[in-house]
Amino acid sequence: MNKDEAAPWRRLFFGTGRGCWSTEANRLSMHVGAATRARRLPLRQPVPIVFFLMTALTPLVSYPHRHLLGIEGLSADEISFLIDRAESYIDQNRQVDKKQSLLRGRTIINLFFENSTRTRTSFELAGKRLGGDVINMSVATSSVRKGETLIDTAMTLTAMHPDVLVVRHPESGAVQLLAQKVDCAVINAGDGSHEHPTQALLDALAIRRRKGRLEGLTVAICGDILHSRVARSNIALLNAMGAYLRVVAPRTLLPAAIERLGVEVFHDMRRGLADADIVMMLRLQTERMQGSFVPSIREYFHFFGLDYEKLKVAKPDALIMHPGPMNRGIEIDTAVADDIDRSLIREQVEMGVAVRMACLEALTRELSNQAPA
Amino acid sequence: MSGRLLLRRARLLDPLQQLDMRGDLLVEDGRVTALGPDLVSGPGIETVECDGACVAPGIIDMRVQFRDPGAEHQESMESAGLAAAAGGVTTMVALPNTYPPIDDVALVEFVARRSRDIRLVNIRTYAAATKGLEGRELSEYGLLAAAGAVGFTDADRAIADAQVMRRALSYARTFDLLLIQHPEEPSLAAGGAMNEGEVATRLGLPGISPAAELIMVERDLRLMEVTGARLHFAHVSTGAAIDAIRQAKSRGLPVSCDTAPHYFALNENEVGEYRTFAKVSPPLRSEDDRRAVVAGLADGTIDAIASDHSPHDQDAKRLPFTSAASGIVGLETLLPLSLALYHNRDVSLLAVLRALTLRPAEILRLPAGRLAAGAPADLIIFDLNRPWLIDSAAYRSKSKNAPYDGRPVQGMAVRTIVGGRTVFTRES
Repeated sequence: MNKDEAAPWRRLFFGTGRGCWSTEANRLSMHVGAATRARRLPLRQPVPIVFFLMTALTPLVSYPHRHLLGIEGLSADEISFLIDRAESYIDQNRQVDKKQSLLRGRTIINLFFENSTRTRTSFELAGKRLGGDVINMSVATSSVRKGETLIDTAMTLTAMHPDVLVVRHPESGAVQLLAQKVDCAVINAGDGSHEHPTQALLDALAIRRRKGRLEGLTVAICGDILHSRVARSNIALLNAMGAYLRVVAPRTLLPAAIERLGVEVFHDMRRGLADADIVMMLRLQTERMQGSFVPSIREYFHFFGLDYEKLKVAKPDALIMHPGPMNRGIEIDTAVADDIDRSLIREQVEMGVAVRMACLEALTRELSNQAPA
Repeated sequence: MSGRLLLRRARLLDPLQQLDMRGDLLVEDGRVTALGPDLVSGPGIETVECDGACVAPGIIDMRVQFRDPGAEHQESMESAGLAAAAGGVTTMVALPNTYPPIDDVALVEFVARRSRDIRLVNIRTYAAATKGLEGRELSEYGLLAAAGAVGFTDADRAIADAQVMRRALSYARTFDLLLIQHPEEPSLAAGGAMNEGEVATRLGLPGISPAAELIMVERDLRLMEVTGARLHFAHVSTGAAIDAIRQAKSRGLPVSCDTAPHYFALNENEVGEYRTFAKVSPPLRSEDDRRAVVAGLADGTIDAIASDHSPHDQDAKRLPFTSAASGIVGLETLLPLSLALYHNRDVSLLAVLRALTLRPAEILRLPAGRLAAGAPADLIIFDLNRPWLIDSAAYRSKSKNAPYDGRPVQGMAVRTIVGGRTVFTRES
């Protein structure tokens, strides 16, 4: 069976990015397969006509979860809802007066256990533009035992009654653990190699604005898939939205059984990029370059770095993305990265603020204004 | 030693004689003296009516971690003894990874003395295979064995250096002693948090390849051929390693191995959404490997079932998955989880009991594990079929770290007898 024949079969089973292995209750209740792609009101019981008229005036679906911990487990409707809301903020962010009062009185804490400038700034701007109070906390993980810091910090912060915690942590699953211990909404701003849901949402928004759709696009994600939370979130999201996913990397940078997540696997850029609509490059951590995963920067760039030569096999209008910060000359050639016709990299950053505004809005919309008893 | 005890109308199960019959069993002065139909009671004989409940040799759990000495708040010998008695375990063999590690004659004697003081179940101990469990210098095998150590192991660490392992095997053979290996190639498993595969990939957790187990097993089998020594592999968890051991046995190598209930009762999916109670070393494996473990028990390739009881307090488990401690407590669930092999018709009842009693006794050269005149009266009476739900909060163990809470099981010990003395009876 050649790869083209294999793809639809695999998409049928794995295309939604959700396996059957999870026992979590909210996943069991999800629709499966094609049903998730249909945009319609999920009618579980007879709906009073008055209610129906009301919903006709507001968005048909909303975001019914308390937290945003990952893309996996979200339906296509919920993803679309967040992206649609984000799109509505883009114009606001381009005005002179960028400020709203939607989150007035709300407290948002950016809790970062790992260094980050871009993501933290993006969340900070998003919170402030919606009128919320934003506080940044950076916790050095090396000085204290990580777990103690995590649970203890969660308890301390809960006592201060924040409305939203935005959390980044170097360990997979840590944000989920923290979410179990606090009373407020939690947004995962990246946990280990697990998920980075707002990055995937902003990538989807950037793609949709330029291509007009996500469904049916061929997206090649290239580079360090093994350690990348961006890759996992993007695979889950783009699969749920009906895109065709490929990963391109040397075998040392691919996790086991990656094909079970609903991607086609390539080890050669020229094959992996053939006829792609989107080429998504991942950052290669330089500390992983010391001969343990790949032998040298020179060799890596030669075979897996993106330049015009390798890009030739992609579609003529293929777009280039990178979650940043870029290593110019390691995973991406400077000329390609700065090509205003092909590169979406600056737009990704812009969409980031809008997406984070949408996420903050979605999570605070249902929050009670009553103080907890 | 108490006087005389008669167990009446029991279903007597003895894996040594392949015995499964209705009958009575008489205990005198801490030893079994007679078994057969219709033994006559008399004055001065305490009689226990079994009403058809099973009587079998007490379980010999050949792999138990205490935190005594060193971290008694997690598990002391006494709390482990209470848990063992309730679980039908009459002999526990302690791993030497305490603080300080048991690598000295005085520490082996300490364990023996504490065991006598506590007077619950028999406690034996392994000694460290290398000083300080550091994998470099051999400990004093001859003196430690004379003090009562039943085997030599670096507990939850593999002896990684091939030359050290070769010398350990060779030196142990001088005294005909047993080495126990934690079969995992550490350089391949380094940094791993769970079994390598789809679940680890989805969760973004670093995986441990099943090959880490196979490589260490195959290396050590070669070193056995070089040295002619005996070797026991602890908690085998992969089909490939079981195959390698099966072939080695057919070649006549004096190799044995055990597994723990979590490797046949659970698979890697138990990790679910970062459940640290399902973090264990070696990690829970794929469903194929789980089935291979069941098959290995059914055909006898896997000799024994041990709990691999590893107590941890909440602080060690309420952490992000990669930082959390590895281990599951199992003394109180060893019997019912093992009996599930019988209830699922995978393994015969006598074969399950053989793996829990007779084989560990034979491997460790203990006189227990059988129902025979003259054998120590280390016995359990158990209800084979009684259904119940595991309740972690009710564990007698000081630590509650096990992923079985709420799991329905069948079978439980109702009375545990050690040296003729009843150390546990369950209120019905």
